[in-house]
Amino acid sequence: MDIHEYQAKELLARHGVHVPRGGLAYSPEQATYRAREIGGSKWVLKAQVHSGARGKAGGIKLCANDEDISNAAEAMLGRKLVTQQTGPRGKLISRLYLEEAVDIAQELYLGFVLDRKEERVMIVASAAGGMEIEDISEKKPDSIIRATVDPGVGMQGFQAREIAFGLGLESNLIGKTTETILGCYQVFRDYDASMLEINPLVVTRDGSLVALDAKMSFDENALFRRPEISELRDKSQEDPRETFASDRGLSYVGLEGNIGCIINGAGLAMATMDMIKIAGGEPANFLDIGGGASPERVAKSFRAVLGDKNVETILVNIFAGINRCDWVAEGVIKAIREVGVDVPLVVRLSGTKVEEGRKILADSGEAVIVAETLAEAAEKAVAAWRAAAKKKKAA
Amino acid sequence: MAILLNRSTRVIVQGFTGKIGSFHAEDMKRYGTKVVGGVTPGKGGQTHLGLPIFNTVKGAVRETRAEASIVFVPPPFAADSIMEAADAGIKLCVCITDGIPSQDMMQVKRYMRRYRFEDRMRLVGPNCAGVITPGQALMGIMPGSIYLPGRVGIVGRSGTLGYEAASQMKALGIGVSTSVGIGGDPINGSSFKDILQLFERDEDTDAVVMIGEIGGPQEAEAAIWARDNMRKPLIAYIAGLSAPKGRRMGHAGAIISAFGESAQEKVEILKEAGVVIVPTPASFGEVVADTLARTRKAA
Repeated sequence: MDIHEYQAKELLARHGVHVPRGGLAYSPEQATYRAREIGGSKWVLKAQVHSGARGKAGGIKLCANDEDISNAAEAMLGRKLVTQQTGPRGKLISRLYLEEAVDIAQELYLGFVLDRKEERVMIVASAAGGMEIEDISEKKPDSIIRATVDPGVGMQGFQAREIAFGLGLESNLIGKTTETILGCYQVFRDYDASMLEINPLVVTRDGSLVALDAKMSFDENALFRRPEISELRDKSQEDPRETFASDRGLSYVGLEGNIGCIINGAGLAMATMDMIKIAGGEPANFLDIGGGASPERVAKSFRAVLGDKNVETILVNIFAGINRCDWVAEGVIKAIREVGVDVPLVVRLSGTKVEEGRKILADSGEAVIVAETLAEAAEKAVAAWRAAAKKKKAA
Repeated sequence: MAILLNRSTRVIVQGFTGKIGSFHAEDMKRYGTKVVGGVTPGKGGQTHLGLPIFNTVKGAVRETRAEASIVFVPPPFAADSIMEAADAGIKLCVCITDGIPSQDMMQVKRYMRRYRFEDRMRLVGPNCAGVITPGQALMGIMPGSIYLPGRVGIVGRSGTLGYEAASQMKALGIGVSTSVGIGGDPINGSSFKDILQLFERDEDTDAVVMIGEIGGPQEAEAAIWARDNMRKPLIAYIAGLSAPKGRRMGHAGAIISAFGESAQEKVEILKEAGVVIVPTPASFGEVVADTLARTRKAA
């Protein structure tokens, strides 16, 4: 789960990390009022969306007076910001964050991630901040400093000091940098974060150390014990298809294709999507309905998939292990009748009692295209989608 | 004897009296697994499914001489249960639970290192389908009927995709020595490499099918190890060809967040290491059959 920059900064500030003075605004009037509260003569207005690379997309504006702020706020609010990271649909700007502008002497990079090889929290730092970490590792790989934390004892002071010295900072900044790194680690650990990135962490001309940007994501498996983090969720930043599905306990990821997928198991779901692609189609979504495939969950899944107006064909692929294909088939028929499916539907069942299951589908009188193998299912789905698209064009 | 599990392995169930634990304990018994009891704190001394319940894993081990444990405990308490098993001298722990926080798993892995390697518990999972040695014993949630006993090992992250592979193999008369689900979480007990090492040493396994997916470094690590150490054929499929970068595909660990973590990149790394690639998820059966035929010819 992602949070906004201003939310991440609030968390960090509580743990000794210095951030610029700033305030939240929902309207141009509020933004100009914030400028007066903050004081100074230059401000930066920042669109609060869950994405990096906002500057290039027009989501960050330097302002020198009320008029600048008001104009920039008006231009941003209510618009969808399309960055390199948001996908073509973009993300809605409904909150703005106004900050005092900072005189930058040097930009650093500081990141915390879960390192899957070491199975520990890894700190990544570089004196070449300001650009994306991918670019740093490509252009200035030697500038990257890494350290991992022993989960038994947590991050130690010497580790933070080594990083601070490794960044080549003046000796009067070592203490502040060490404090910042340890503060970030504390936030990462205490709130079950999965990613924390400060880029850039800047040294100002007057010699202080400030987190100019902050990005954080959290481990969704740990949200049960972090209600204060769950509260920071902003559904306006999510794909509405995904919000609908996740509110119903389904694991769904929206994509850009036309063949909707309903599958049990994450691996089989990915494999079925691959098979659709190999057969010449594009999946509209990833959807794992879970082990049971009960009629209720099948019906919910049809609703989630059909909520995407791009879906022109649906492929259901269920491997009934503990469950039985005849029960799943009955559930599918029941769901079709309840939900009303107006696009071609291909169903492939396998596992226990598969013959009985296929018979129920065939005898139902519903327009279900039955497939026996995974390859056949994907081919039939792509063929049905092509035929439907052709018909739609002709009409 | 295949790997990890056979018909004489003595198994206890942690989270025994819950709905899911009860259902699968029953199913495992029916398959032939030697289930000797279970643990539910506070219900010690009672019986469930005709088997004794214990308050602690240590108590269960003392009374039943259990060597293996399967965990169905809910996510907030699962890490604690795994560490309890490790401390009680359990040799193999299979954790089915989906949804354990990553930091809890870091703690578990750190905790397990306090034991000498020879005494250290082997953890399989979490968020996995479990382990099955077809025709002998089942420690997991997979449907036993789709596996034919045989001589090909399977190791994979996903449950149902593993079933798909096993049933394609069964349709061609190819059986399985042991199938191991290592789970879909970013931090897991046994890696692909750990399980490949066991299969390579196992006299009852002739070839291994590895079913990987996007995210993490384990498939590449396994491929390099296999290139340098494995004499048996390794056959692999990587799911997630159509998965976009930075999106989590169901499994907590199925996310492309670094270089080398996409399906395409992993397939390239595997190919370079000489691993036989299953090009589509519909061709597990034929690729395994071809590979076995070629190996026999060469021998």
